[in-house]
Amino acid sequence: MTPDALIGGFTDAPVQASHAFRAALNALSRPGQIETLRGATAPAPLSSAAATLAMTLFDVTTPVHLAGAHDIPALRDWITFHTGAPLVEPRAASFAIGTWAALQPISRFAIGLPDYPDRAATLIVEMPTLDAEGTRLTGPGIETEAFLYLPETAAFTANRTLFPLGFDCFFTAGTKVAGLPRSTFVEDI
Amino acid sequence: MTDQAYNFAYLDEDTKRMIRRAILKGVAVPGYQVPFASREMPMPYGWGTGGVQVTAACLAPDDVLKVIDQGADDTTNAVSIRKFFVATAGVAVTEATADATIIQTRHRIPEAVLTAGQILVYQVPIPEPLRFLEPRETETRKMHELEEYGLMHVKLYEDIAKHGQIATSYAYPVRVEGRYVMDPSPIPKFDNPKLSGSAALQLFGAGREQRIYAVPPFTHVVSLDFDDHPFSPSKANHACDLCASNISYLDEVITDDQGGRMFVCSDTDYCASRRAAGHVGALGAPMATEKAAE
Repeated sequence: MTPDALIGGFTDAPVQASHAFRAALNALSRPGQIETLRGATAPAPLSSAAATLAMTLFDVTTPVHLAGAHDIPALRDWITFHTGAPLVEPRAASFAIGTWAALQPISRFAIGLPDYPDRAATLIVEMPTLDAEGTRLTGPGIETEAFLYLPETAAFTANRTLFPLGFDCFFTAGTKVAGLPRSTFVEDI
Repeated sequence: MTDQAYNFAYLDEDTKRMIRRAILKGVAVPGYQVPFASREMPMPYGWGTGGVQVTAACLAPDDVLKVIDQGADDTTNAVSIRKFFVATAGVAVTEATADATIIQTRHRIPEAVLTAGQILVYQVPIPEPLRFLEPRETETRKMHELEEYGLMHVKLYEDIAKHGQIATSYAYPVRVEGRYVMDPSPIPKFDNPKLSGSAALQLFGAGREQRIYAVPPFTHVVSLDFDDHPFSPSKANHACDLCASNISYLDEVITDDQGGRMFVCSDTDYCASRRAAGHVGALGAPMATEKAAE
């Protein structure tokens, strides 16, 4: 285990996790709204926002998949030491972390069962930046319309057609997070 | 001062993480009941153990908590839950709807319009709207899967056949975003229209039944009805006897054994702020006089 794996967790878990959860909850219940998420730092390339999400939501009961450049020993050690989450292949993952390109093909991830749609994966998609412009979002959580730069549109349009099945996404960059639940309609304008 | 014998907001972090994951999935699939591993809480089932667990998972130290029971801040259930969180989380509490960031409620939606910064947490006894029509969980789960909600319409139809109108007056079933039929907890149907398009996030917790579900902000929530028997919210045809409001939901209070009764707002904060603003109902005294008499 690398020494870096031991540092960067929460210093006051109950309080930091409560703030982080509220930011994540706001992000997912108001798609397109960009929230700040900080408190944990992990070895590169994991963003602070994604690291904080991991500290807030992962534990021994949530299998996690690390994709592409995020699947490195330093990060595997960090996730394992701080959360205890088992690292698994995509099919078995409750959570996955990676860039959009690294997470492809997206069809590998769980979309839930018709009688248990909650048993679907949550993807934490690492982005260079988050922009509240680009793709038009409508649906639950959005009063009229919202905008968010997405890595592509087709995959999310297809995901919406699966509703109530489908994966849910958090997009992270630096200390920023935005949410895109499966219930959101996306369209290019 | 927080009781240091407990973790912040009573629940341990593992439990909160589990509940938080359930809440997020609930938000992603509006109206779908997410199973969760409900814990035993230091209060009996039926006293809001589901709502308390959802509130505990959401609460941050800078939150301002309001707890209401049938609209009232000063009833046993509301007072005890408020004290519980003051003792275990050290959060600020309020009775003013507008000042609260988290409102835990038993069976009412406040009269004041909720805002984007607020979370409304409902205490839910029986989360499954189809449960009294079909007792088997395996069957109701299949019915939700197949969107087979005909049975619910039969129930409402039978109301009409028996009573000439839809007699269901509380826990009136709704359909969320055109997909899941949901029990809005036993709120009066007067409150149903407030479920739809609210700026606040609405979370529902059922402790004994181990379910969490959610209605995100600005979500379409439609009360089930028929073209020739449209849904109509109802309330006692009376004005509040304390604050004279004729738009708020009223409780009927028996005042003696001679048939005496009065109607008062079920939302105590709404009533008190109207009285403070000078509104006086038929049986009320101006608030200033009442204060002077104390």
